[in-house]
Amino acid sequence: MSAMPTVRAVRDAVKGPMARFGLAVVVVAALAALFAPWISPYNPNTQDLALRLAGPSWRHPFGLDELGRDILSRVLAGTRISFLVGIVVVSVSSVIGSLLGAMAGYFGGWFDEIVSRLIDILLAFPGLLLAIALVAVLGPSLMNVLLALSVIGWVGYARLVRGQVLRTREIDYVQAARALGAGTPRILLRHVLPAAMPAVVVQATLGMAGAIVSEAALSFLGLGVQPPTPSWGTMLSAGVSHLLDAPHLTIFPGLAIALLVLGFNFLGDGLRDAADPKGVQA
Amino acid sequence: MVSFIARRLLLTVPVLLGVATLVFSLIHLVPGDPVQAMLGEGATPADVATLRARLGLDRPLYVQYESFLVGLVHGDLGTSLRTNEPVTQAIAERIPATAELAVAAMIVAVLVALPLGVIAAAWRGTGIDYTATAVSLLGISIPNFWLGPLLAIVFAVQLGWLPVSGRGGLAHLILPALTLGAPLAAVLARMTRASVVEELGEVYVLAARAKGVSRVGAVIRHAFRNSLIPIVTIFGLQFGAVLTGTVITETIFAWPGVGRLLIQSISFRDYPLVQGCILLIAFTYVAANLLTDLAYGLLDPRIRYE
Repeated sequence: MSAMPTVRAVRDAVKGPMARFGLAVVVVAALAALFAPWISPYNPNTQDLALRLAGPSWRHPFGLDELGRDILSRVLAGTRISFLVGIVVVSVSSVIGSLLGAMAGYFGGWFDEIVSRLIDILLAFPGLLLAIALVAVLGPSLMNVLLALSVIGWVGYARLVRGQVLRTREIDYVQAARALGAGTPRILLRHVLPAAMPAVVVQATLGMAGAIVSEAALSFLGLGVQPPTPSWGTMLSAGVSHLLDAPHLTIFPGLAIALLVLGFNFLGDGLRDAADPKGVQA
Repeated sequence: MVSFIARRLLLTVPVLLGVATLVFSLIHLVPGDPVQAMLGEGATPADVATLRARLGLDRPLYVQYESFLVGLVHGDLGTSLRTNEPVTQAIAERIPATAELAVAAMIVAVLVALPLGVIAAAWRGTGIDYTATAVSLLGISIPNFWLGPLLAIVFAVQLGWLPVSGRGGLAHLILPALTLGAPLAAVLARMTRASVVEELGEVYVLAARAKGVSRVGAVIRHAFRNSLIPIVTIFGLQFGAVLTGTVITETIFAWPGVGRLLIQSISFRDYPLVQGCILLIAFTYVAANLLTDLAYGLLDPRIRYE
């Protein structure tokens, strides 16, 4: 086994119009995040109090916020925070989750029991609730958001990979590798885990969307990234106080979140259909 | 069926114990001294000692854990640090508001999703289907902390039809219920469509069509009824999203429910109340999952014998 199914799935996935749209949005947003400091029209933290809450204009296409900061520049800077959270949370959760899931599925016994019960308990907390609880006690900061989202994030990967490994470990090529004297780490890393990779890639793509929304939600609730760092959630939260006099504070950061999440969801849907052609017919 | 119910109930006990243990340990995750964190930097050593004794944090850990579990079983979760009100009472006062919002959101979701999903399935591959699919994907991708303010801008600020915040009559309920119900409607519509499409390919539906039943008749009288099983499951699974959604929706619309109480308690570092709210939401979710499982067993007898 190799990573070929993953590569093929990615190639097949971007054939559909929705997945292509998703990929385009994600690539544009990633470039915006990468080059934000160079393409931003203004410094995202520079204040012009005389122009506070001014609506969209040629000079400021997205308008200015409650402290007279350029919203377009802040949305661009917020792209960096969103990608940072998405990449860190998905990387940490997928690596830890996949390893724990693979080991639980492969070894079975008491190790599987512990991991499975831990998964059951963490899944008993709906969605963001555990992340809210963790950030509530650890204190609001970007670091704690990354930690809290990773703590809840690994569970999905562990469950997914455990299921895949339970199916894979009895297949002939794994048995053959074992008969030829391959050690457990080698069997897990070279033979068992690669078979689970397409499913993990799909989960990771959808997980990017999940992590980005979760960070924005925590920041919106005042539990995430703290001002003046420009996070889309924090910007939306500030906008709610100005719904009556300056709705543009709410519209543009929200549009950015919705577009990027839509992009990752379209791409993830396309990848899932390509990785599992049986599911497409439904 | 009795043994199926007993087995499911028994499996729930360790999960509840695990949830309670995790919530108990939350206060011990506070960096540094949790009592100092609650009282702030200006607190005197005497104040810190008094509060520590009141919360029982001066006792050995296993004694704290034991009294937490005993209290939990008796419905005693301590008192709020800010108001001195018993935690269970403070939460109980907020439950009707949250329940009202959650039920209204689920009604909105069902009223929107089932017709949308059934219509998309009946006219699969047509413009109607693509529009319905696009609308539901959009619904999934728009976060409720953006949808809520957008709805408020249009219906409260621009049109002036509905109030922007607070709890009162039906008018106050509409915007929060739409905000909370929209993502659920989107997921349900997708599931309904997929489920009905699958049933439409079954032999009994084809037989009905061969006997002259119209496409709409086959969908409504035959396929839809059998496609309800996976829909019920998704409905149950999505209940968690509704519960988390209440935290955000109540914050946006200043809706006086448990979710808003949780966020307020966090900002006041009122940890007993934070623990109480989290326990209630998690236990409700576990109960909803249990009910979903039981409903699933009731609808599909094969599940009971697995």
